[in-house]
Amino acid sequence: MSADSIELRLQLTRTNFALDVALRLPARGVSAIFGASGSGKTTLLRAVAGLERCARGRLDVGGEVWQDSAAGIFVPSHKRSLGYVFQDAALFPHLSVRENLAFGRRRTGDATPPDAAAVVALLDIGPLLDRRPDSLSGGEQQRVAIARALLAKPRLLLMDEPLAALDEQRKAEFLPWLETLHDELDIPVLYVSHALPEVARLADHLVLLEQGRVRAEGALAELLPRLDLPLSHGEEAFVVIAATVGAYDADYALARLDFAGQSLWAPSAPRIPGAAVRVRIQARDVSLALAPHDDSSILNTLPATITALEEQPPGRVLAGLDIGGTALLARVTKRSSAFLGLTRGKTLQAQIKSVALLD
Amino acid sequence: MPLSDADLAAIWLTLKLATLTTALLLVAGTPLAWWLARTAARWKGTVSAVVALPLVLPPTVLGFYLLVAMGPAGPLGKLTQAAGLGTLPFTFAGLVLASCLYSLPFVVQPLQNAFTAIPERLLEAAATLRASPLDTFFHVVVPLARPGFLTAAVLGFAHTVGEFGVVLMIGGNIPEKTRVVSVQIYDHVEALEYSQAHWLAGGMLVFSFVVLLALYTLNPAMRRQT
Repeated sequence: MSADSIELRLQLTRTNFALDVALRLPARGVSAIFGASGSGKTTLLRAVAGLERCARGRLDVGGEVWQDSAAGIFVPSHKRSLGYVFQDAALFPHLSVRENLAFGRRRTGDATPPDAAAVVALLDIGPLLDRRPDSLSGGEQQRVAIARALLAKPRLLLMDEPLAALDEQRKAEFLPWLETLHDELDIPVLYVSHALPEVARLADHLVLLEQGRVRAEGALAELLPRLDLPLSHGEEAFVVIAATVGAYDADYALARLDFAGQSLWAPSAPRIPGAAVRVRIQARDVSLALAPHDDSSILNTLPATITALEEQPPGRVLAGLDIGGTALLARVTKRSSAFLGLTRGKTLQAQIKSVALLD
Repeated sequence: MPLSDADLAAIWLTLKLATLTTALLLVAGTPLAWWLARTAARWKGTVSAVVALPLVLPPTVLGFYLLVAMGPAGPLGKLTQAAGLGTLPFTFAGLVLASCLYSLPFVVQPLQNAFTAIPERLLEAAATLRASPLDTFFHVVVPLARPGFLTAAVLGFAHTVGEFGVVLMIGGNIPEKTRVVSVQIYDHVEALEYSQAHWLAGGMLVFSFVVLLALYTLNPAMRRQT
């Protein structure tokens, strides 16, 4: 229907599980599909790819109808211009890396197939081209799988927990590739994950799935601070703020990060002013004070208004804060909450102990 | 020359029969094995059992029913007669058809095992890379199932060479038409021509051993199993 969005309405019923999802996703950037295992994330992704033949509904990707059960339309997977990156890479074991890459590229039906050299360089897999998939590490396999998917010239890239099969160290090595991809790609990406830190680094848009249904969806920065969603309930609850580097103080190795009329200082490697960065602030790193202190080691203190409060037993209170239009979370003890007299609408000082730069 | 012209004719006929049977079975057995490997249909069990029947049935039973079916009053016989082909018993064509049924499990089962071992995920990956199901079959499934095809071809061929009971039931013993090596050996023994029987029987023994040895040493999949 519309050339700049992905519209889907999909239903699928199995014993003990039902998926019923209606979404309109932006046609640019990374949309993370987030939820606990068993929430239907992978099933949704597979239905979008046409791999779940019993899914019913309608799917429109940038004006191309891939499925419309009411009209009897079901475009088979091999006729949908998509790229799919499986959890376990799913490289063809009988083909070399080069032949794996050529598999989809040869079948685009395009007079000018995509430039393999650019994609190979982007994912730095040049040295692997003549190797066999079983001689690659998990991270290398995933990079090849992503390159293979991109070379099929997709209009939509689907990624099913591409980091799930990697250990922590490989994950850390691999995330920067995904971030580069996020900056370089001009096609939309649906990214399935159950790891919030990963989502925080990669996603622009967030779809929260619960038992096969959409619990909430919207911009990542808007969903994270919502107290009514489980995202803010975990020990690691955080918000993400999009900021630009305002200045860099080489003497103290601190970057000034500007957003919506506010600034924060954060320890950082040298940064070029003007660069866009993502800032993550954890709820447990924000404390509250009634008056500003200038005798503290805390670098960042911002005036804030309490927008919401939620008790988190045992003995803790999560506060939603507004700092000049940007949302923040603070977790304090119930006793501090009572002592400070925290109520909705109260204005106070948010002391931010730690600010993490995500990219 | 220890082998008579009749012996040589029997060997030639046997090789012709086994080659043709194996080729036909690979063509017909592949889709059947693929279906058995991938389907969740309720009557999969029934089809599997029918395919496996020749493994346990006495060849004379199989041969008897085929003789009746292919005879002038049998359903197959009526069909071939209506098509102007006459009846199949005691012809080479009839022998090929019977051999195909007799050796069916030896071709279908290795193929089915090879197909089952291919992860569904690879087929899905091929589909997301624009490969149609047929394209996927020839460029992903066949190369990955190559050891299975090799095993199927060798077992199908060797089993057809070793066929005796079915041949006797529906082929009889017509030189250069249905008299294969196993029947020729039987004739020699009946006639107390033990030395001729030794040459042919020994040849079969060596042939069967060499074929199986090649299968077990050259085929990586079989080597892993043993």
